[in-house]
Amino acid sequence: MSGETEPSAPPRPTRSSGSPVLLRSDLLAIADMVPAGARVLDLGCGDGALLEYLVRSKQVTGRGVERSEEGMLACVRRGLSVRQGNLEEGLADYPDASFDSVILSQTLPFLNDPAMILSEMLRVGSRAIVSFPNWGFWRCRLEMLVAGRIPQVVDLAERWYEAPRWQAFTVADFCDFCHHLGFGILEEIYLSRSRRLQSLRYKNLRATTAVFALQRF
Amino acid sequence: MSTNGSVGRVQPRQLTFAENEPFRLDSGATLGPVTVAYETYGQLNAARTNAILITHALSGSAHAAGSHQPDEAKTGWWDDCIGPGKAFDTNKFFIICSNVLGGCYGSTGPSDPDPATGKPYGMRFPVVTIGDMVRAQVRLIDHLGIDSLLCVAGGSMGGMQALEWAAHYPQRLKAAIPIATTAHHSPMLIALSEVGRQAIYADPAWNNGDYYDAGLKPDAGLAVARMVGHITYLSEESMQQKFGRRLQDQVRYGYEFRSEFQVESYLKYKGHNFTRRFDANSYLYVTKAMDYFDLSAATGSVAAAFANSADLRYLVLSFTSDWLYPSYHSKELVSALTAAGADVTYLDVQSSWGHDAFLLEVETMTKLLSGFLERLVQSERVALPVPPTAPPKEPTKAEAAA
Repeated sequence: MSGETEPSAPPRPTRSSGSPVLLRSDLLAIADMVPAGARVLDLGCGDGALLEYLVRSKQVTGRGVERSEEGMLACVRRGLSVRQGNLEEGLADYPDASFDSVILSQTLPFLNDPAMILSEMLRVGSRAIVSFPNWGFWRCRLEMLVAGRIPQVVDLAERWYEAPRWQAFTVADFCDFCHHLGFGILEEIYLSRSRRLQSLRYKNLRATTAVFALQRF
Repeated sequence: MSTNGSVGRVQPRQLTFAENEPFRLDSGATLGPVTVAYETYGQLNAARTNAILITHALSGSAHAAGSHQPDEAKTGWWDDCIGPGKAFDTNKFFIICSNVLGGCYGSTGPSDPDPATGKPYGMRFPVVTIGDMVRAQVRLIDHLGIDSLLCVAGGSMGGMQALEWAAHYPQRLKAAIPIATTAHHSPMLIALSEVGRQAIYADPAWNNGDYYDAGLKPDAGLAVARMVGHITYLSEESMQQKFGRRLQDQVRYGYEFRSEFQVESYLKYKGHNFTRRFDANSYLYVTKAMDYFDLSAATGSVAAAFANSADLRYLVLSFTSDWLYPSYHSKELVSALTAAGADVTYLDVQSSWGHDAFLLEVETMTKLLSGFLERLVQSERVALPVPPTAPPKEPTKAEAAA
């Protein structure tokens, strides 16, 4: 481990500002959960593709937190308001209930203290929107069973021994976690690669990525 | 309109005010008349909404871009960032830069004659603060007929002025860009200032500040002050890269006390050079102004200082190797602004240049500044100035109309 405690989202497609915004399907699922005109904080906002989309298409007031200089520069080029920082430090400055939606996209497996971050997200915002890769996907289960290897999920470039290190968990694990912490699930969207699942049957087997909107009970 | 990246030849200008009613200072003392030296680049638009004030650091001047003589190689101190197509794009913005109160580049300072005696003020010049410097800039902006600046931007002491503007005149600007600066001068910074001042006091030629007619200036003291200052603008890494342990003009140690190492010669050269262009008393006054700078003094906290300034936009920049105004000073500022609910963009720019990075990391800063300013232009619906058919003579026409 590199000693870095911060998470980093997988690289997001870069688009120059001004062009019609095309968004990756998991980011679009997040965007669908954000009410128009909301105050939005995007944690680990990468190159700002999602935030720019939300500002342009949903007229949100957007703020981002990003660790990398490269991501920061891309965000500023898009005309976004972004702070460099890691999530642990970044959230403490925000007053209670200063946002409507706080987004954590594809970053949860990299966090050292997911419970703390989610609690903080629901302190500064009334709604937390979280997406993560699902190790419960049937191919992951099969790989563990047949090959006896820790499965590599779709959309995750890093191997288990590469930085940043990840913690595998499934949709079922996440639901238990929310229940344990007293977070209510407002909305859920499941994706199989880029396609949205229409039915929730066997979601933990069929989904490669899950998107949840949470609130405090 | 020039497109070669340079504002070309520029005209030094002056505004004099407080000729009848004196200018009141933070200390309670008064001053008058007060002259502010300034320069402008680019055109003011019809709505007067595209003006940006650039604020300079300790040894800077109003001459931020272009050159005074047609064939002059030496350009203004921030020429890399100000000009057509540059970060502060003079095709879009009307850029103003003025020399600080207490300075020695045309604005009223200790080397100017005291109207009471006709002799240079020397140490009879009242102590000025960053607040006083900004109050003088407000008078200049009033004079130029500008209700609201699009933004105030500056590095180091210039950043303190940008913060002072934001905290105390929020209705007079839309955005602030404090770079490599702090919300309050730390004890370490005060200590470093004091070493510089003590070097000047210790020079017999200083003579309590009365040296203007003596023919002998406290050059030795000022040079040492500048050498100390210069060390703090570099980083160990940049010194290692620039000089290493290399010797200046010999291959072996001479076992003697002349300047053998390259770094010694460099500092000596920088110190000596500085005495030819800067006034020792101004150095005392301007460093003192920085030492008094503490945005939280009146309000108890930095966040409270920005309570009425949360509607502004901020671009805060620090540099990873700056140990004079380390990143955590900027982070404290960013935390306070965030807590106040302000719209803050912050980056700790990766750089090995130390504090000087704010003048050297041109490429990264250009990306950040132009992105931030473009967003301001859009959100504030700032109109571009109409290019004049005749060569620009701004802002004389605007002044006449005002």
